[in-house]
Amino acid sequence: MTTASLGRWLSRNMGFSAALLLLAILFLTYNSLHPRGFSSAVAIQNANETVAIAFVAMAQTLPVLLGGLDLSVGAVMTLTNCVASEVLHGSPLQIVFGVGLTLLTGTLFGFMNGCIVVYGRIQPIIATLATGAVAIGLALLIRPKPGGNVDDDLSWALTNSVWDLADTYGFAEGGEAWWIRPFADIPVPFLIVVIVATLVWVPFRRSVIGRTVYAIGSAEGAAYMSGLPIQRAKIVAFTLGGFLASCGGLYLAIQTSSGNADIQQAGAYTLNSIAAVVLGGTSLLGGTGGAIGSLVGAMILRVISFYFRILDIDPLLQPLIEGLVLLTAVSFGVFRTLRVRNQLDLFR
Amino acid sequence: MQATSDTPIVEYQGISRYFAGIRALEGVHFACRPGSIHGILGENGAGKSTLIKIMSGVLQPDAGTMRLAGRTVNFATPKAANAAGIVCMFQELSLVPDLSVADNISISDPPRRFGLIDRRAQVRRAEELLAAVRCEEIDPRALVRELSLSRRQMVEIAKALGRKPKVLILDEATSALTSRDVETVYGLLKDLKAKGVASLFISHRMHEVDALCDTLSVFRNGRHIETFAKGDKSEREIVRLMIGRDVEAQFPPKPSRKPDAKTAEPLLGVRSLSWGKRLNGVDLDVGRGEIVGLGGLDGQGQKELLLALFGVLRDVDGDVTVGGRSGIPSSPAAASSAATRMALVPEDRKTEGLMLGMSIADNLLAASYGRISKGPFLDMAAARREISDGLAKLQIKIGDAADPVMTLSGGNQQKVVIAKWLMIDPDIILLNDPTRGIDVGTKQEIYRLMRDLANEGKAILFYSSDYAELIGCCDRVSVLYGGRVVSEQEGSEITEESLVAASLNIGTEAA
Repeated sequence: MTTASLGRWLSRNMGFSAALLLLAILFLTYNSLHPRGFSSAVAIQNANETVAIAFVAMAQTLPVLLGGLDLSVGAVMTLTNCVASEVLHGSPLQIVFGVGLTLLTGTLFGFMNGCIVVYGRIQPIIATLATGAVAIGLALLIRPKPGGNVDDDLSWALTNSVWDLADTYGFAEGGEAWWIRPFADIPVPFLIVVIVATLVWVPFRRSVIGRTVYAIGSAEGAAYMSGLPIQRAKIVAFTLGGFLASCGGLYLAIQTSSGNADIQQAGAYTLNSIAAVVLGGTSLLGGTGGAIGSLVGAMILRVISFYFRILDIDPLLQPLIEGLVLLTAVSFGVFRTLRVRNQLDLFR
Repeated sequence: MQATSDTPIVEYQGISRYFAGIRALEGVHFACRPGSIHGILGENGAGKSTLIKIMSGVLQPDAGTMRLAGRTVNFATPKAANAAGIVCMFQELSLVPDLSVADNISISDPPRRFGLIDRRAQVRRAEELLAAVRCEEIDPRALVRELSLSRRQMVEIAKALGRKPKVLILDEATSALTSRDVETVYGLLKDLKAKGVASLFISHRMHEVDALCDTLSVFRNGRHIETFAKGDKSEREIVRLMIGRDVEAQFPPKPSRKPDAKTAEPLLGVRSLSWGKRLNGVDLDVGRGEIVGLGGLDGQGQKELLLALFGVLRDVDGDVTVGGRSGIPSSPAAASSAATRMALVPEDRKTEGLMLGMSIADNLLAASYGRISKGPFLDMAAARREISDGLAKLQIKIGDAADPVMTLSGGNQQKVVIAKWLMIDPDIILLNDPTRGIDVGTKQEIYRLMRDLANEGKAILFYSSDYAELIGCCDRVSVLYGGRVVSEQEGSEITEESLVAASLNIGTEAA
């Protein structure tokens, strides 16, 4: 990359770059303060607790790029979490089937959201407020009380390091093969997020449908006049959102070995996903940003909460401090407006 | 005249379209042949937009049939029309601001590798198409939002070309272009004509239509009046067909210059005004009762100058005196409420001039809430009075002042913008291309209004991309080049030749 194009990339991705920098600072400081900082164990624990919100934040990114909001992402995560807690056990084939069923549930739910928004012509925020309640209702039917049965090996293998994964399933010489050694300490949950983000987001960003999603958020009229597949793009965006939310739900079931139709939790995840999307540099007006930014945003939110474990702060102060940190982080966006010399640019 | 193929590429038979019972098109028979450049003429509201919206699949006709190369077609969406080879460039640009130029040019059918968009091939394609429209200076990787209006129109043209049209519709597509770009577009259209493409050209600039088209069709009040070959009728006859009556002189007469005009204290004085790289020391005076034009190629700082004077830009250097007081207004609010009030009719009426979804009444009052309030509340009686005054003064034709302003035609929308500012009784009026995309009749009304306002003692600073307007309306013209005034012309010195020469900065000041 030449200096000029790097400069342009930075100026167009100010929000994302700032988020990345903030995350690096927060994460390094956290590990320096932590008595066992920079160890695999801490990394694994952190990664495990970040997966669900990371997926939900990526799910939220798609409707936001369209210029809407999806209030059902947390609920879809909860629903799929409950589904997973029922089906992730038995023979390997049954487990694979269970994984498929869980992901299918969320994907179909997202598809339904998309159809309601497109064919019902209902604004996303209100449509998903309703379908979110439906998702919680279904979750409660499936799992009136917390609990569940998740395969122990699966749970262990996917929530630890790459070495543990190889050891559990006995491949790569039980984790001792030369080619796996360099990766042995990497947390599996981190890999899962990176792989899903790469396999889903990168192709999406470079497809006509993906481009249409950005075009709709930026200028829907122009997108229509250009002959872009607007309805299909909206449906795909919500469907993909549902899929990503179900990845979160699935992982939560594996991590906790259970399902829980917790309404408060669903709501908190939805609101945090919006915060993560904004932190990651995606505009709530739509048209600019991306899921990778939201992933970084989600990580920032989690790292902030990790600080409460190692610093002696009254837990009752946690929401207050989290709120202030969020406000500070989001106000970095103000720097953009200080450089504006044509005040009309503020409104574009 | 060049012989054209006999089967029309597009043929309308008895097409009608109504909006809430109001006729937009009625019983229109219209045909357009391959290899022709067909000009569509008519005032705003004559049905031109409806005609092309039906052709391009945005609207469906209520009655009648449309044939494309002999086959009956009915387009449900713009996508379907595109697929059939009908490409339309709308006046409201169809570009997506947050995507890059290259993305926009290949928006619906990008080059792909393994099913994914091939960005490099896409940039190459954009470079080729931009070169074809002689806009190599546009970076395909730049975002469309970073471009000026005239560059966007050229991108729009490159995008249309890339779709390999059989029928190309240009709806006011040249309204913001510089004369060099217009020449390029003429060349392109002639190339396409040689390749058998039919172009429909809609423009309010008579001389463009005259220079380019081989066939003309006139529409009036939703009906097709007549189609004839260019040269069969004089300009005067054409205008009569368009408005259904004779027109008097296009521009109102200029008063003879008072000899003391120069010596009197100007109402607006600008000395060495600069802003970033766009304005590099502008000197300018506008006196009471004067219309001063801003000329030059597009993008030489005219728009920035108007914005700077209206307090929109930050970090502006230089001395500005407004009504004897020095200092640049700090914001539009300050500019319009100072002792010497200023008003700006902005470049883009749809985003900066109007709140499209709000009512005509609310838009009219937007600049003068302070004048019609009693404490924190609006004085409804005063508001109604102001609204009916404003509507009467500009002869704005509306059903109900409570209707959203977007239901008005372009010309009437622009009148609302002007009426809004006249309500604050401004002393200095800044006009940024106020007649862009407006029909002949309304243009004339605006010219007359400008002169009336000047005669009342207002100072008017008027930017226009149309030389004929500058020549016809202005007492003086300052031509900008590279953010500076390079030539000042007065009275009978203002001619098309002198303006073009000054715009290109080839110094004929002695002329």
